[in-house]
Amino acid sequence: MNLTINGKPTVAEPRAGQCLRTFLRDQSWFGPKKGCDAGDCGACTVWMDGKPVHSCLFPAVRAANREVTTIEGLACDGELHPMQKQFLGAQGFQCGFCTAGMIMTSATFNETDKKELPRLLKGNLCRCTGYHAIEDAINGVQHVVEDCHGKSAGLSLGNPLAQSIITGQARYTADYSVEGMLHLKVLRSPHAHARIKSINRDKALLIPGVHSIYTWEDVPRRLFTTATHDDYHVDPDDTYILDNVVRFVGQRIAAVVAETEGAAEQACRLLEVEYEVLPAVFDPEAAMLEGAPVLHQGKNATSRIGNPKRNILREIHGENGSVDKGFRESAVIYEGSFETHRQQHAQLETHISITSLDEAGRLHVRTSTQTPSLTKAKLAYLFELYPDNIHLYTERVGGGFGAKQEMLSEDLCTLATLATGRPVKWEFTRTEEYIGAVTRHPFSMRVKLGAKADGTLTAMYMRVVCNTGAYGNHGGEVMGHSLNESFALYRCANKKADAFSVYTNSVPAGAFRGYGITQTSFAMESAMDELAWKLGMSPVEFRRKNMIRPGDTLLSIWGGPSDLEIGSYGLEECLDKTDAALSSGRGKTKPEGDEWLEGRGIAMSMLDCGPPTEHRSEARLDLTATGEYKLAIGSAEFGNGTITVHRQIAATVLGCGVDRISIINADTDKAPYDSGTFASTGTLVGGGAVLAAVTVLKNQLVTLASRYTGIPVESCELTREGVDCNGTLLPLSELLDKATADGQKLNAVRRAYAAPRSVSFNVQGFRIAVHRITGEIQILQSVHAADAGTVMNPMQCAGQVEGGVAQGIGWTLMEQMVMNEQGEITNPTFRNNRIPSFADIPRTEVIFADTYDRVGPLGAKPMSESPVNPIAPALANALANATGVRFASLPFTPPRIFEQLLNAKKP
Amino acid sequence: MDLNTITEYRRETNAEAVQNWQSGYSWLAGGTWLFSEPQPEIHTLIDIESFAWPSLTVSSKGLEIGATCKIAELEAFIAPPEWKAAPLFRECCRSLLASFKIWNEATVGGNVCMSLPAGAMISLTAALEGVCTLWPRNGTPREVSVVDFVTDNHANVLRPGELLRSIFLPESALRKTYAFRRFSLTKEGRSSVLLIGTRCPESGSIIITVTAATKRPVQLKFTTHPTAEALKQALDTAIPEDLYFDDFHGTPPHRRHLTCHFAQEIRQELSAQ
Repeated sequence: MNLTINGKPTVAEPRAGQCLRTFLRDQSWFGPKKGCDAGDCGACTVWMDGKPVHSCLFPAVRAANREVTTIEGLACDGELHPMQKQFLGAQGFQCGFCTAGMIMTSATFNETDKKELPRLLKGNLCRCTGYHAIEDAINGVQHVVEDCHGKSAGLSLGNPLAQSIITGQARYTADYSVEGMLHLKVLRSPHAHARIKSINRDKALLIPGVHSIYTWEDVPRRLFTTATHDDYHVDPDDTYILDNVVRFVGQRIAAVVAETEGAAEQACRLLEVEYEVLPAVFDPEAAMLEGAPVLHQGKNATSRIGNPKRNILREIHGENGSVDKGFRESAVIYEGSFETHRQQHAQLETHISITSLDEAGRLHVRTSTQTPSLTKAKLAYLFELYPDNIHLYTERVGGGFGAKQEMLSEDLCTLATLATGRPVKWEFTRTEEYIGAVTRHPFSMRVKLGAKADGTLTAMYMRVVCNTGAYGNHGGEVMGHSLNESFALYRCANKKADAFSVYTNSVPAGAFRGYGITQTSFAMESAMDELAWKLGMSPVEFRRKNMIRPGDTLLSIWGGPSDLEIGSYGLEECLDKTDAALSSGRGKTKPEGDEWLEGRGIAMSMLDCGPPTEHRSEARLDLTATGEYKLAIGSAEFGNGTITVHRQIAATVLGCGVDRISIINADTDKAPYDSGTFASTGTLVGGGAVLAAVTVLKNQLVTLASRYTGIPVESCELTREGVDCNGTLLPLSELLDKATADGQKLNAVRRAYAAPRSVSFNVQGFRIAVHRITGEIQILQSVHAADAGTVMNPMQCAGQVEGGVAQGIGWTLMEQMVMNEQGEITNPTFRNNRIPSFADIPRTEVIFADTYDRVGPLGAKPMSESPVNPIAPALANALANATGVRFASLPFTPPRIFEQLLNAKKP
Repeated sequence: MDLNTITEYRRETNAEAVQNWQSGYSWLAGGTWLFSEPQPEIHTLIDIESFAWPSLTVSSKGLEIGATCKIAELEAFIAPPEWKAAPLFRECCRSLLASFKIWNEATVGGNVCMSLPAGAMISLTAALEGVCTLWPRNGTPREVSVVDFVTDNHANVLRPGELLRSIFLPESALRKTYAFRRFSLTKEGRSSVLLIGTRCPESGSIIITVTAATKRPVQLKFTTHPTAEALKQALDTAIPEDLYFDDFHGTPPHRRHLTCHFAQEIRQELSAQ
């Protein structure tokens, strides 16, 4: 077949059923990405004879004699297309995985089209940005500012990889080819609970191209946890690489490696598995009852499961003061039950790993992870490898949100590569993300609050049941975290919780932005509103009266001191500014008509800056011969913006611009050990390590310059070009030469830990309209105030807030993973489980509190994870305000709103 | 996505070239649904784009839409001014979950043959009293109304290998005035309920077509303007509880509620015309 790709005449033969996307990628045009492979996300958009099409739906054979343009061909004679420049100027991306498709779509828009973005962008999904930055990019709004030497921190500087992202050159895990690659596919369980009696692979092995098939009998029989934490003891060892018992529909049963994906798929279909189907349990309350099917029979204390016979992974009972006494002292009590549901991370890049062995027998794992060092350690443990014989790295990662704080694909690829000696690739399909990855934990919560007549909180109680699914991975830690900040946010002498993390035969839950706070915040902040109304107080006034204040000890349900402190306090400012914004008259007015009801709601949340358990990061800084700084740090970048911030911190201390700082990250060979990027540690811990290392190197440089010039240290200042010694410049290259001759090494290595820890605050306000007949919600105004301490990069930080708000709106109003009675997720596609598109997300007014944190680097606090937390309760409170009905079960879809309003009307 | 079980792609110039229809064969029109899901049962694709059927043919009798007419062509179609119902073309194209990029490949016939409740080309052509021309593999062409063509969710009257050749919209229907109502659970999402009412300017007769809410299109015909009560009774009779569709884009009670609500709104809007 002849065709033209990006102006280049090409001759290649596609397979009969091949889509254009993979065909283009076979020709090494890696720009078109796979987000869904089903025409819903638009990440694969290319132009066919100048018209935009989704290349995943386009039969490759039809491209014969036609002209295809991918993102790589959009620039003309080295000159970027105006839309590419605009995406640079507004930084209309975070992870960048959707960007090629966004640009190839929006580059076709004329001025009229730009007024219709909600409709015209419905075929382009972004999970990171909340679309605000994309809208600005399309409209040519400039956000990126010029760097200023020595003053980078606090500026809206662009991502160092921005140029490669907008030209399609950024290499994500799949954008890589290696000779002799085998493709891995897995057969997944159709049963929620079953014992595998036999697996017959005879027919499958006859498929041409099939190399090997692995089942539970072929893997190391070692229990482990897929969750990654620095201290693995916090998670239970309850999982085998492949098992002879399946505990959820979608659990992997067998892995096939073959010369082509097609052969591997066909072999999976031909595997004959004989099951002994076991009774299954899906409701965590039922799972705790005597006589319920037991999921992890026989596993004991060494697996770190609290009560395996009752399917209880862990239970927590804690009390400060006495809630009994508190309720006795109260004049008003509110009690209510709340439910939250599963949510898929839906990061646009699915899980993917490519493993290979080099000639020396060293294992290389190219993968999409948030925790390179920990995943390496886990592979070393599982396969009994000497850790130095493993090189694990990410290149560009297309989103995480916690989904990649989990080892889900690396182990099987490693198994196959070690067995075959061949490179092996395994890329999850979008459907596999829904049925075989992890989700946000569903919670059911019973809240009881008491207050005196003057509004003083006297008691807070919560009973929490978390559904961890078939495996425990993050279950215990998520539950522990969920009981912390939602309680500690309020001054109250008596706090208590009883909580259970419970196994059920459903897809495992895992780490997800917010990490349990999102769920308890929904219940607690909804309950606080109800209590306020009962007291006859406005919810804002009630919160002002009871929220923590500077100097308070942070206390939840556990006694004893912790390393947490209020290192800066912007909560009141956030609350005041959000409240004022909602009263300002900004935002849209309610649509006309009696059917529309209007309401407003506010919710607040607090997040500990970093996890309570061990977390460390190490930065290594070298001054190179060219007078540039090379920064190596193990933390991962997946759209969260850490590398941008790390460069800003370094440049600020070193008195130069960020262009002098090159970064190597997330590579176990080239960067030091790092616990990974999760639990809001990118700026705090990673940034802390960077700050420590650059400070050491700066001091070295200045001290040496002083020694060489005889000028006192106090009169020497490090600048972009060298050390300014009282007016005389000692260039960095000269300093380096002298130091080298002296046997001095100009580098620094420093570590940082997540201790002590501060707290960050978020307040969300919504004004909404609710249609009382259809159940439709329109968001009229969205305001988010965030206390991030020093805002290192206002553009990027606002982007994180907007993205968090959008994910929260998706969880609250739209997304719904539907599980049938057999435990099967029945809507495992973007088409049937809609994540927000451009049209669903309002502009959010983002306000930053003016604070400086005494714990965080340069006064900064984390602000990527936490913005999602107050979204659901703020919407619930607005909905209650509009309708007079408390909606306590997520999500608030129109049919559910309609039904509950109808029931409320009935006498 | 790659359809890895497909071993043969055939490009023929006419339908007669395809004899001995076998299971595992599939016609390929726009391909936008076919390539969006795994199709392990299919091994041969037969391209019908190469049949070169005309997309839109206007005559004094009405409009013939070739099955391979792209959605984008229909959306951009400029109708004779006396066709008062023609704005529905655009309304319905924009009711598809599919983005404008997919319209560049997806076909009208493909949407009708998919026979999903939310198929907005079904809504359009059913409301405008469309008649399908079907080409059986062996035998003479037959005609069936769009309303009768779709029999259930993702089911229709096509026999194995039978082709939808075209859909004819009569001029009398195109000249009618109309009212349109749609609801989806998310903004710009897949239709949960889509109702179209048309009114004949001469006789005052009314047709209300319910799609998306029900497993198959349901059409209510009134020779004179119905009362609210008559409309309610007609809906209750025509749509038993179990005909309302239950999927991720709507629930039967909510769809029933909205169908009744929108039908009454349409009744009032048409009476004002």
